[in-house]
Amino acid sequence: MAEAHRREWGFVLAATVRVTRDIDAAEECVQDAYARALSSWRQSGVPAKPGAWLTTVARRRAIDLMRRRATEKRAMPALAGKALPVEPVDGGPDAVPDDRLRLIFTCCHPALSTEAQVALTLRLLCGVTTSEVARAFLVTEATMAARITRAKKKIAGAGIPFRVPPPAQLAARTDAVLTVVHLLFTTGHTAPAGEDLVRRDLVERALDLARMLRALLPQDPDVAGLLALLLLTDARRPARTTGNGQLVLLADQDRSAWDQGEIAEGTGLLRESLARRPPGRFALMAAVAAVHAESPTWEATDWAEIVGLYDVLMKIWPSPVVALNRAVAIGFADGPVAGLAQLDTLTAEPQLASYSYAASARADLLRRLGRFSEARLSYEEALMLSENQVEREFLLGRLRELP
Amino acid sequence: MPQYLVLIYSDEREWERAGPEISEMVLKEHRDFQERNAGTVLGGNALEPTSTATSLRKEPNGAFAITDAPFAETKEALGGYYLIEAADLDEALAVAKQVPAPFGGVEVRPVMIFHRST
Repeated sequence: MAEAHRREWGFVLAATVRVTRDIDAAEECVQDAYARALSSWRQSGVPAKPGAWLTTVARRRAIDLMRRRATEKRAMPALAGKALPVEPVDGGPDAVPDDRLRLIFTCCHPALSTEAQVALTLRLLCGVTTSEVARAFLVTEATMAARITRAKKKIAGAGIPFRVPPPAQLAARTDAVLTVVHLLFTTGHTAPAGEDLVRRDLVERALDLARMLRALLPQDPDVAGLLALLLLTDARRPARTTGNGQLVLLADQDRSAWDQGEIAEGTGLLRESLARRPPGRFALMAAVAAVHAESPTWEATDWAEIVGLYDVLMKIWPSPVVALNRAVAIGFADGPVAGLAQLDTLTAEPQLASYSYAASARADLLRRLGRFSEARLSYEEALMLSENQVEREFLLGRLRELP
Repeated sequence: MPQYLVLIYSDEREWERAGPEISEMVLKEHRDFQERNAGTVLGGNALEPTSTATSLRKEPNGAFAITDAPFAETKEALGGYYLIEAADLDEALAVAKQVPAPFGGVEVRPVMIFHRST
């Protein structure tokens, strides 16, 4: 039942939104359908196509609801745009079109703030409860509920259409969707706070969404690039923590524990994504991950290639975080003196001032240069900025090891 | 069809610094915009600068407080508007992007539709 919830929620909701043109009404109908599934499936077992079963029930409910509202002459906050043709419910389970693409483009519309986009995507496409979304982003449930309500009102009030953007806007709008999915992944991959390094639920959701996008936009090289990046990064997950949940650096990870299936799949997708000229930023980030994935040992890592990839990435996506990662790579390619010199050019960047990795990267370079008292200061700064317990323990360990 | 108000905001000091040639050019750009979007634009006007604004606020005792100033003092002030028709926000934004708005930008706000209650 939980499986059906996770896998089918987005599909069922999107198909129902097509009927109701009102997100709240659609959610009601879908929740209803799941409630009925609970009792019905307990008796007769889970159907062969649970998604189709749920969609049929939800849409039937939606059509009833719409009829009743029409007779009540209530004004409905309908989604803008042309009404989409709705196949009759008896068209059979295979007649249900996949509206998840329309739904995710609606959730990730640029007229919504990034935090609203992320919250809506989790809530509507992944069926994550409001309280779980709140927990993922470290706000109270009331705050998150208000954020989601406001976003839905903006969609209805401002007339954000329920559709896949036209070709002229598709690339830019797809990038926004990929950005949201990537943000979900990175938030889960290295949780910004809390007791675990990884929030598996967020990682799984991000992977689900990336796979969904890949299935629905199979020709898009940027979509392939994002999925490649997520797979190649997630492949390392089994080796990133010890049995006690302690952090293991990339340099020290047991590479035999890396998921070869994900690496193979990711590498294949990477090849596809690099076919686009110029390559997109997710493809380039995936390429960096691939260099690590293909290197049998830390010592054999082709750092020059990684620096080269970051050089290209900086040209199309000159973010301070990319510059930081490039400086770290230079620290390994050309030695800590060169790395520190690069890092010094970034001290004025406001975005990095509160970024604990900037401090820990500096600390590591100083440590390798034997400048221990300066390293100590940087580790302490990194500690101040990190709220993740596992990372903090690692940093404390480094501090203790300093002579 | 839904309607949107495109509010044009700009920094008035920048306008003064720009001079009459720029003003002429922008005026022509507005005429071009209106021609290109004749079916969509329902109306619009430029407004006199905020130095000509008078604000009214009703006080608890019923009297009006009159201020020689715009309602809110902001870096960019309201300078004009267009009322447009658009099927959805994407269409409205596509039109709004064409509105000449140097030294500032535009705000796109849906016009409220009131339903008669039964």
